[in-house]
Amino acid sequence: MNPVAAGPVADVVSAFLMLLGALSCLLGAIGLMRLPDLPARLQAATKPQTLGLSLILLGTALRVELASAVTLVLVVLFQVITAPVISQLVGRAAYRSGALPDDALVVDELAEHLPADALVGDESDRDDRDDRD
Amino acid sequence: MGVVFALVLVMVGVSAALALVRLLRGPTTLDRIVALDVIVVLTVVAAGVYVAYYRDGSNIPLLAAVALVGFVGSTAAARLAVRRERHR
Repeated sequence: MNPVAAGPVADVVSAFLMLLGALSCLLGAIGLMRLPDLPARLQAATKPQTLGLSLILLGTALRVELASAVTLVLVVLFQVITAPVISQLVGRAAYRSGALPDDALVVDELAEHLPADALVGDESDRDDRDDRD
Repeated sequence: MGVVFALVLVMVGVSAALALVRLLRGPTTLDRIVALDVIVVLTVVAAGVYVAYYRDGSNIPLLAAVALVGFVGSTAAARLAVRRERHR
């Protein structure tokens, strides 16, 4: 049951990491609350998802034994891999369903690569919507 | 050290409350999915703070499980939200 790092220095480093992580969680949540549209909120949500979680779990890893610390690092790694997947899926869903405001995108490179019937506000899309209603 | 943990937990709690406000307000389903994912991550963070406070590694599989389920849930919800949004 020996912790990875013991002593006052390890405690201070761990406390510093956890405070920094909690602060980035808070900043991300404030951004999620206050930013105006979905892409901006997605960007704010990445702060708790990766930075906040990794800092806090690294702070935790310093205080537990080595086997547990390795698992914590794996959890951080898993989160760092999966957070972009969720962001990408949500952003794509927002684009395809027309949930983005028209002026949200400065550059729209995806439109050039999509077939015409997949475009937002497209005629066939509207027909599709009428059919479903 | 106790003060640090209290401060961290308060910050994480306030973050979860703010994400909950976004979850309730929407306005689109996708905003709610993002907010819900942040709440799941904050759950993992809070469990991590618990592990650090008690120096008790037996709850760490819980962190892995919640992170996994959160990813699968958000992914599935985002896939389904496309169809839902077209009704609007």
